[in-house]
Amino acid sequence: MSRKSNVIVEHLRRAQMNELLAAGKRLDGRGVTESRQMKIETDVIKKANGSALVTLGNTQVIAGVKVQPDKPFPELPDKGLLICSAEVLPLASAYAEPGPPDEDAIELARVVDRGIRESEMIDLKKLVLVPGEKVYAVFADVSVLNVDGNLFDATSYAVVSALLTAKLPKLEMKDGKVVDTGEIMKAPIHTIPISVTMARIGDMILADPTSEEEACMDARVTMTTDAERRVCAVQKGGTGTFSVEQINYVVETAISKGEEIRAKIKSVTGSG
Amino acid sequence: MKRLGKLINEQGIRTDGRKIDELRPIKIEAGVLKNADGSAYIEFGKNKIIVAVYGPKEVHPKHMALPDRSVLRCRYHMSPFSVQERKNPAPSRREIEISKVTREALEPALMLDDYPRTAIDVYIEVLQADGGSRCTGIAGASVALADAGINMRDLVAACAAGKVDDTIVLDINDEEDKEGQADMPIAYLPNLNQVSLMQVDGILSREEYGKCLDTAIEGCKKVYQLQKEALMKKYFGDEVDVGGSE
Repeated sequence: MSRKSNVIVEHLRRAQMNELLAAGKRLDGRGVTESRQMKIETDVIKKANGSALVTLGNTQVIAGVKVQPDKPFPELPDKGLLICSAEVLPLASAYAEPGPPDEDAIELARVVDRGIRESEMIDLKKLVLVPGEKVYAVFADVSVLNVDGNLFDATSYAVVSALLTAKLPKLEMKDGKVVDTGEIMKAPIHTIPISVTMARIGDMILADPTSEEEACMDARVTMTTDAERRVCAVQKGGTGTFSVEQINYVVETAISKGEEIRAKIKSVTGSG
Repeated sequence: MKRLGKLINEQGIRTDGRKIDELRPIKIEAGVLKNADGSAYIEFGKNKIIVAVYGPKEVHPKHMALPDRSVLRCRYHMSPFSVQERKNPAPSRREIEISKVTREALEPALMLDDYPRTAIDVYIEVLQADGGSRCTGIAGASVALADAGINMRDLVAACAAGKVDDTIVLDINDEEDKEGQADMPIAYLPNLNQVSLMQVDGILSREEYGKCLDTAIEGCKKVYQLQKEALMKKYFGDEVDVGGSE
């Protein structure tokens, strides 16, 4: 993005945004902790073991889950593998470019992966064929199709929905070789982690920020909570700061909004 | 993923002999590199990190320059010999993420609009890593930036807290990071009372979250005293009373 040409626009937009926010208004008329409309479609890619297309306002991402046998990490011989990746496709915005992932894309993938991993969403101990030698490797890959803010949450919801609805091939060891039994099984789900991202603009903290709000924000925080109302992963971003009071507010909001969104994802994926 | 072990004994002493609210030994020295505009060497337990600051200087490539402020660039890098298994010297995805959060942790303290059309480069080289290296790097970088004479609103102190054996502890080391239940690195601007880096991995209840954050901030305040002492020592010599210690 050519930041230079945007400097004046950025200052003007920020002033306008602050003026509106002082009156408690957001550009699109939402309440401060209100999310945009979300639509989740699952099983959209039949070649994948699980998939989900998530539309959050104008942000759109697609996740696919693929499963294959692999070697476990030497330090975790009794656990299957779960690897999340995320990519902002060049077709997703005028500012996205092909090529190796930049630091924003790397952060996106790592933060989403951290939320899923640390919450222990999938019981990886149940995905072992031969300890230390053969395990299930679950890949959850996300492509961002259209960028309009809050890629963290959209990506995380897509991975969670795809994993919840995934039909994994049931593998077996036969004469030292992995064979597909032809049967299918559900992923061993332990909890449903929900990521909630909020942006601070001045003294206001806004849930589910749009691209425009992100361009004006001072700082951002993404918090992932589990079904037991515990925090399992956090990432602060942006060049500003948070006070301790603001952090406490964010934790409360992430927990309560998390419950709301978890209920929605459960009903959409039929995993109630 | 994380295992429960016996990392704290009945007397509340950790594997490296520390109490639960005790920092590892810290050593900070300002102005250690001749060529850099500002530099610092910091030890935090077994972490050994050297930081150099170059700038404000002309921006290369030129198109990165901003008309209204300086561009802050950070590189966090681990030497191949800094960890048990040799690390590939090419920047890993982890190092790229840490470079980004480090920049975002330092930037609120800097008056970048005092230096339009320039760049400030911060190079953080981890010579030996021991858990908590991102916080050590940030604390060292903040001293190096002050040593470079960059206008600052505050120093940035940094320190992690975490959950080990169901107990909230200050400044977790490598072993506690790997075997413990949660890790929360925090960077904190002591005079502005603001948090500029916050990451968590591992599970914390609402109450534990608050306690962990408070513990980390208390640790940051202690680190801040040592950062100030290091700067005073370079500019005013040994016999200076820094004051303000709690």
